[in-house]
Amino acid sequence: MAEPLLRLERVCKRFDGLLAVDNASFAVEAGRITALIGPNGAGKTTLFSIISGFLTPSEGHIFHGGAEITGMPPHLLARRGIVRTFQVAQPFAGLSVHENIAIGAHLSRRARADALAAAAEVASAVGLGDLLGRPAASLTVAGRKRLELARALAAGPELLLLDEVLAGLNPSEVAAMVPIIRALAERGITILMIEHVMQAVMRLAEHVFVLAQGRIIAEGAPQAVVDDAVVIEAYLGHGAAARLSAAGGAHV
Amino acid sequence: MKQASLAHIAVVVAVLAAVPLLTASNVVLNFLVVALLIALVGQGWNVLGGYGGQYSFGHAAFFGTGAYVSAILQTRYGVNAWAAFALGIAGGALVGALIGALTFRSGLKGSYFALVTLAFAEVLRILASVAPITGAGVGILITLDLRPQAFQFQSRAPFYWIILALLAVSFLIVRLIEQSRFGAWLVAVRENEEAAKAVGVNTQRVKLAAMTISAAITAAGGAFYAQYFLFVDSGIAYGPWISIEALLAPIVGGIGTTFGPLLGALVVKMLGELTKLVTGDAPGLDLVIYGGVLILIVAFAPRGIAGLIADLRLRFARARPRLRERAHG
Amino acid sequence: MLSPIILVPAVLNGLLTGAVYGLVALGLTLIYGVLHIINFAHGALLTAAMFAAFFAHRLLGLDPYLAALGLTPLFFALGYGLQRFVIGPAAHGEDRNILLVTLALAVVIENALLYVFGADTRTLNLAYAFDVVDVGVAFLALPRVIGFGVVLAVALVLWLILALTDTGKAIRAVAKEKLGAELSGIDVAHVYAVTFGLGTACLAIAACLLIPTYYVNPHIGNAFVLVAFTIVVLGGMGSVTGALIGGLFVGVVESLCGLYLGESLGQIGIFIMFILVLLLRPSGLFGERA
Repeated sequence: MAEPLLRLERVCKRFDGLLAVDNASFAVEAGRITALIGPNGAGKTTLFSIISGFLTPSEGHIFHGGAEITGMPPHLLARRGIVRTFQVAQPFAGLSVHENIAIGAHLSRRARADALAAAAEVASAVGLGDLLGRPAASLTVAGRKRLELARALAAGPELLLLDEVLAGLNPSEVAAMVPIIRALAERGITILMIEHVMQAVMRLAEHVFVLAQGRIIAEGAPQAVVDDAVVIEAYLGHGAAARLSAAGGAHV
Repeated sequence: MKQASLAHIAVVVAVLAAVPLLTASNVVLNFLVVALLIALVGQGWNVLGGYGGQYSFGHAAFFGTGAYVSAILQTRYGVNAWAAFALGIAGGALVGALIGALTFRSGLKGSYFALVTLAFAEVLRILASVAPITGAGVGILITLDLRPQAFQFQSRAPFYWIILALLAVSFLIVRLIEQSRFGAWLVAVRENEEAAKAVGVNTQRVKLAAMTISAAITAAGGAFYAQYFLFVDSGIAYGPWISIEALLAPIVGGIGTTFGPLLGALVVKMLGELTKLVTGDAPGLDLVIYGGVLILIVAFAPRGIAGLIADLRLRFARARPRLRERAHG
Repeated sequence: MLSPIILVPAVLNGLLTGAVYGLVALGLTLIYGVLHIINFAHGALLTAAMFAAFFAHRLLGLDPYLAALGLTPLFFALGYGLQRFVIGPAAHGEDRNILLVTLALAVVIENALLYVFGADTRTLNLAYAFDVVDVGVAFLALPRVIGFGVVLAVALVLWLILALTDTGKAIRAVAKEKLGAELSGIDVAHVYAVTFGLGTACLAIAACLLIPTYYVNPHIGNAFVLVAFTIVVLGGMGSVTGALIGGLFVGVVESLCGLYLGESLGQIGIFIMFILVLLLRPSGLFGERA
C-alpha cells in the first residue's frame, strides 16, 4: 500500500499533567477530504497545532509522504505544502483583503506584482473578488472565514488543514461555502478539516476520524461513524446510545 | 497609506538640498543638520518598529556603537575617518544582529522586547562609562583636522549635504523594503505573527533582518554624530535620550511611512527650539515637551502627522464635490 | 575567599536593601499582574516620591516615617488619576500605546523634576541615619532594619487587601479573567486605576524608607527601576511573593557583587542577570511558565 500523505504515529501532548492528545494514530490519504470530529475539548485544535508545527508533540511521530516532520517549525511545514487556517480567524488586521491574501501568495512568488495577481485570482475563487480593497478588519465573520481560507490557499498547499471554517456561519453561508471546499478537493488539494457542522461533514468528507478526550475512538465513512454507539456516547454522555435507540433511532 | 514614489523622494531631497544655497546662517544649518540626524536615527527605528511592529526602547545601543566604533578606530588606530564611518555602521549592524538573535530566539515581544532592548543599551552605557577603550568617564575627543579626507569641513554645508545624502539612502532603503516580499513579510509579522508563520513566513529571520537593517541605519546616525561634534561619551552615545528621540520622530511623524521620521524630527526639533526661545536653555524642559507631545500623539493621532494629513486630504476630497455642487447650484 | 566575618554582614545588608527593592518591585508586579502592562513610569514615580519625602522634611520638618502616612494616600490618588485619566484614555486599549504612554510619562516626570530642582544630588541629614543595631554577627543600620520591618508589614497588608476586601477580590477577578469580570458587572476601568494607585502607593512608602539613608536626584529612579524589573522578571511577572523573594535575592546578589567587583560593576551584575533571566526564562524563576 502506498504511503499516505500524512501519518500520525502514537502522538501525545501533555500540558502540565493534562493529557490533551492521547496516543493518536491516524493517516490522511492523498486527494480526499478527511474530517476530524469530536466533542468540545477533545483535543482537535491541539492536534492541528501539532501537525502544523505550532506545538511540538510530547511523544510520537508525524510523517509527511513518508518523511518525518515531527517538531518542524510552521514556516518549513508551510513550504512543504502543509498549511493551516485558524479556528478564530487571524487576519492581518491593518491590511486590505488583497494584501492579506498576497502574503500567502508570496510563499512561492518573490515579486510583489506576481503575488498580488495570484491573490486576486484566489480571491475570486472563494468569492472575495469584490472586496479586494476592503480593510480585513472590516469583514464580517463569514468574510473573515473566507479570507482565512483564501490566504491559506494562496500559499499553494498540498495538504490544507481547515479548522472550523464553517463555524459561526448561517445556513445559507454554509451552503455557499460547501461547493468552494469541494472544488478545492477536485483541484487535487488534500483536505483535513475539523468541523462541528455535521451536515457539512456528511456532504463533504469521505473519511472521518472521531477524537474524544484526546483519543481516536472511531473512524470510517461518515454515515458509519455517526451511527456508531461509541461516538454517540462520546458526544452525549454515557448511556445515551441506548436511550436514543430505545426512543426509536439515532439521529445526530 | 499610499507609498512614497521615487518622484516624491526626489522632490523632497531636492528641496532640502537647496537650503544651503538660500541661507548661509549657521543657526539654520545647525538646526537642520541635527533634525536630519534625528530623522535618520528615527528612520532606523521606523524599519523595525514602524514596519515590523517591534518597539525598541534601546536604539541607543546602535547609535552609540556607531559613534564609538568610528571614534575609537580614528583616534586609537589611525583608521581613515571615512573607513571608520563605514565600520561604525557595520559595528552597529552587528550589535543589532546579536541582540536580535538573542531576543527573537527567546521569543521576546511586546513589552518584554522593549524592556530587554532598554537593558542592553544600559549595560553598554555602564560598560562604556568604565572601560578604558571608550575613554571611561571622560569620553573621546576626535582630533580636529579640517580636511575632507578626514570627514571634517570648514563650513556646515558639506555636513548638511552628507546627512541629507544618508537620509536619502534611508528613504530608498525603506522604499525598497515596501516594494519587496521581505517588506510584505515584515508587515505581516507586525500585524499577526502567528498567521504569518502559518503561511510560511520565517518570522524570526524576518525580524532579525529588520533589526540588522534598523541598527545599521541608526548606527550611521551615531557615526555621523561623532564626526559632526567630534566628541562622544557614554551618556551621549548610549544614553536614554537618543532611544527616546529615535522612537519619537517616527511616531510623531507617522509610523511605518517613508517620510514620517523626517516630518516628526522637524516638528519635534522645532518645538524644542521654540521652548528654548521662550524659557531659555533650561535643562529638561524640552524633554518634558517631547513627552507631552508623545502622549498627545498616541491619544489623538495614532498615525502621526502623516495620518492627520491623509485624513484631512480625504475630508477635503469628500467636501470638494459638495462645494462644486453648491457653486453650481 | 572572604571570611564569614565580612560575608555575613554583606548578606544581611543585602537582605535589608533587597526588602526595599522588593517593595518597589511589588508595585510594578501588581500593575503588571492586573493590567498586563509594564509601567515604564515606575522609576520616575519613585523619584517623584523621593523628592516629596525629601521636601516634606526640608520644608515642613516632617520625619520621613511620618510623611509616609500622608504621601501614601497622595500617591495612591496620583496613580489612580494617571491610569484613569491619562494612560487608559490615551492608549485606546492597545498594548503598544500603553508602552509609549508610560514611557512618555516617565520622560515628563523625570525632566520636570530636573527642570524644577536641577540635577543636584541632595541628602537629608537625620540624627538617626547612622544609628546601628547590633545583632551579634553584624552591626546593621537602624533605618534599614526599620525599612525591612515596614516592607514585611506592607506586604502583609497588601495581601490582606487582596484576599479579604471586595476591591481585592475584584482586582483578582480582573487579573484572572478581564472579560468575565466585566460581564459580571465589575468596573474594570476603576479596578485598573485602583491597582495602579496601589502600585504607586508602594513607591511612596519605599521612598520614605529610602530617603533617610539614600540621596535623591532626578535620575535616581532609573537605578531602582531596572533593579525592580529584574526582580519582577526573576520572581515571575505578576507574582507578589515572587517580587518579595526576588527582591531579597537581588539585594544579596548586588551586595556580594559590590564586595567582589566594586560598586559600578556590581550594578552591571544585576543588568546581566536581568538579561539572562529574560532570555532564558521569561516567566521567571519562581513564577509559572507562561
